[in-house]
Amino acid sequence: MPHRRSVAIVSPEQARAAAERILERALRSAGEAEVFYAASENTSAGFEANALKGVDANDAMGAALRIVKDGRVGFSSTSNLDDLDALVEAAVETAPFGAEAQFEFPGAQSYPDVHPYDPSVEESTLEEMVALGERAVADLRAYSTEVQVEGGVGKSTSTIALVNSRGGSVAYERSRFQIGFEGTVIRGEDMLFTPESESSVGALRDPSSVVASIIRQLEWAKETATAETKSMPVILMPTAVRGLLLAPLLSGLSGKSVLHGTSPLVGRLGERIVDERFSLTDDPTLAGPPGARPADDECVASRRLPLIATGVASAFFYDLQTAGQAGAASTGAGERGLGSLPGPSTSVLLVDEGDTALEDMISGMDEALIVERLLGAGQNNVLGGDFSANVLLGYKVEHGKVAGRVMNTMVSGNAYRVLNDVLALGSEGRWMGSLFAPPIAVGGISVSSKG
Amino acid sequence: MDERIRDRIETALKDAGGQYVEVHVEEASSSTIRYRARDLEEIGRGSAIGGNVRALAGGGWGFASFNDLNSLEAKVRQAVDQARVTGGERVELAETPPVVDHVPPVLGRDPGALSLAEKKAVLDEYADVMMGTPGVRSATVGYTDARRRMVYANSEGSYIDQERVDVNLRLNAQAQNGADVQQYGVSLGSLGDFEFVMDLRESASEAAQKAVALLNAPEVKSGEYTVILDPILAGVFIHEAFGHLSEADHIYAEPRLQELMQPGKRFGGAHLNVKDGATIPRPTLRGSYLYDDEGVQGQETDLIREGVLVGRLHSRETAAKLGERPTGNARALNYRFAPIVRMTNTFIVPGESSVEDLFADVEDGLYVKNWYGGMTAMQMFTFSAGETYRIRNGKIAELCRPVKLSGNVFTTLHNIDAIAGDLEMNEGGGCGKAGQSPLPVSNGSPHIRIRQCLIGGA
Repeated sequence: MPHRRSVAIVSPEQARAAAERILERALRSAGEAEVFYAASENTSAGFEANALKGVDANDAMGAALRIVKDGRVGFSSTSNLDDLDALVEAAVETAPFGAEAQFEFPGAQSYPDVHPYDPSVEESTLEEMVALGERAVADLRAYSTEVQVEGGVGKSTSTIALVNSRGGSVAYERSRFQIGFEGTVIRGEDMLFTPESESSVGALRDPSSVVASIIRQLEWAKETATAETKSMPVILMPTAVRGLLLAPLLSGLSGKSVLHGTSPLVGRLGERIVDERFSLTDDPTLAGPPGARPADDECVASRRLPLIATGVASAFFYDLQTAGQAGAASTGAGERGLGSLPGPSTSVLLVDEGDTALEDMISGMDEALIVERLLGAGQNNVLGGDFSANVLLGYKVEHGKVAGRVMNTMVSGNAYRVLNDVLALGSEGRWMGSLFAPPIAVGGISVSSKG
Repeated sequence: MDERIRDRIETALKDAGGQYVEVHVEEASSSTIRYRARDLEEIGRGSAIGGNVRALAGGGWGFASFNDLNSLEAKVRQAVDQARVTGGERVELAETPPVVDHVPPVLGRDPGALSLAEKKAVLDEYADVMMGTPGVRSATVGYTDARRRMVYANSEGSYIDQERVDVNLRLNAQAQNGADVQQYGVSLGSLGDFEFVMDLRESASEAAQKAVALLNAPEVKSGEYTVILDPILAGVFIHEAFGHLSEADHIYAEPRLQELMQPGKRFGGAHLNVKDGATIPRPTLRGSYLYDDEGVQGQETDLIREGVLVGRLHSRETAAKLGERPTGNARALNYRFAPIVRMTNTFIVPGESSVEDLFADVEDGLYVKNWYGGMTAMQMFTFSAGETYRIRNGKIAELCRPVKLSGNVFTTLHNIDAIAGDLEMNEGGGCGKAGQSPLPVSNGSPHIRIRQCLIGGA
């Protein structure tokens, strides 16, 4: 099939011009306005039961309009760009009830040289994507025909433009390529799922790291082991650092939680809150990972922001409105989809590596649990830092060796307490989408298990 | 969307080629009102227009979604071309009669007939009540209503023009003491009726008081407990613990899973009956509809009868593959997604115990109510309580910190040893699957008791 260039794809300059047309129309009805315009297209090849099952393609475009009228914020969004009057009228209708604007739109400024776009993504053909997926399937089936494979290979490109009535203006392209597969093994009533994915701003040419990770999980899960209900040391694999600790930590570091007094970190900037080996940084200017961007979704220039530096709470992240309410400045962390106002959110997160190899972490443990995949993490009260989840994929360590997979097991605890009891920080960090984290070994976590 | 759309769709379908082609076109509008503390944080209106084409050719599917309705013909060709890239054996669809119908929305007090000012006047009070409760630090009120007109047509001659209105509200109160922050929330929803979110002063006040009370509540130790679930949490439980596994798209391509999920397999005691359906127990719930997104009529499906697996939920493809009848469970979140097998209204059928009976012989256990969420990975599942009480000597005792519960579908349903008769349906929240979230569903149950349930606590 020939590579098809969609009609929906627009250049940054076309996007900026479209946003400016809406802005001009909006300024006839409001004193201040901002337009967020996004167009995207993605294609994915989906595999099911070891074979290509379908090809999806999605084109989307839309615009969101935020106005300030008589000091209040009005908001509307649409995917129907043929009816700009309706878009403006809807924003004007909401403004009398809207929140008081505690900010001014940022004016013209220079943005860091960040290009989260690589033409290799758009140039990838469907045939190449299908071939990558077929190779992943073949390699996993070569490891064991007991493994059923599903997953996909996908690519997306998008164009974003933001303009406001104070001269702020930014437009850029983004690209992303992703390979994600899952190996399933069913023996009797025992189901084992081993997912892995890799994504990048540029096209990926090789599924081998995804395949290798799935095979490593299958190897570690070959035998079964039992865990007891008690407190024990836990090695959190990078996926578990993300699954268990990230939501509670980001809830505490969000400027909005701090403003509303629902963060345990209120008034604790500059204080050591976790082990001094632990550092967490938001860096949207980093080249390479998906999530990087020259400006946030409010025209504020991106910058590197250490959130926790050597164990010390060093900054909270803010969007414009929350910063205004809190008497702080935006940190360039305004983020949104088309359908809602911006809120504070991180973009590219890095947890610093330590110097302990995973192998040494394991060999140093007499009895421990390795946690890799979780089920239900974050679906509890995370505001105070608590976590609780089923260990969907985890392994028991006995006498310095991986003894096998544990089942019917849960872990629970508090992110701050756990990070104050770090036994070792791993040297082998990895990217998971827009997050980089190493394995972390921690002291006692409450484990409950049916054995 | 003007009335010429029907001609355009039918013309595009006529020369489509491929084994089977369907078109969805949709027009939607929504309102959002959100409070943080006493202040209105966001008020907005959204509108969307778009569509998709799904085509069957080769051995699989091609799918193309778009916003620009002028590209309909091109998208039909694109979807068919994409499908032809797939190989393997031909996909069959279960036979269903073509349907031509026009379905107006189910409406109570239509949120579309109310102004933003009228909606806001109702919601203002909830934020005030929660913030006025001593000990409450912050509160959120999140309201949305959405109206969707969905046109569906396929190459077999179906043409269905349906409309639905979805209403959704969540109230949440947060209390704080030093580094300790607790919260309590309630979720409500309805199919087209604003009445459901009115007069909730009492609920808002209760939520606020419960958040404050949690600050002084003890934690529960991790381990196995006898638990009694209220109808709301038991509804989430059956949705997660069993509902997802009964979606046939998980098993239709996987012979070993089919063996595990053979009709006739025993999952629980003879008192356990589970149903799903877009028309039951009432046709006016958030998971209710007349036609699914493949034009198949919504219906009633027995999943477990007297403890034994008797049915599962199907799209036309999974039904054909497993040699069963389609159940009208193919649903898409919106025009950006292809329909997949989803639940509608899922519930445990009332049993014969009284609620008092369930508590009477529990010496030491937990009474778990309301929900934070739930997740499933086929056999394993978790669900989290919004509220937890200790049961001592058959009586509800002290309030504890909320717990997360976990289980295995092949053992936990057998451990349900008592089912009361007080069915309640929960219409709050929504369901997520394959990136399509939140899909309006409802779930429910009477009070149930589960022995030896695994709890993640302190």
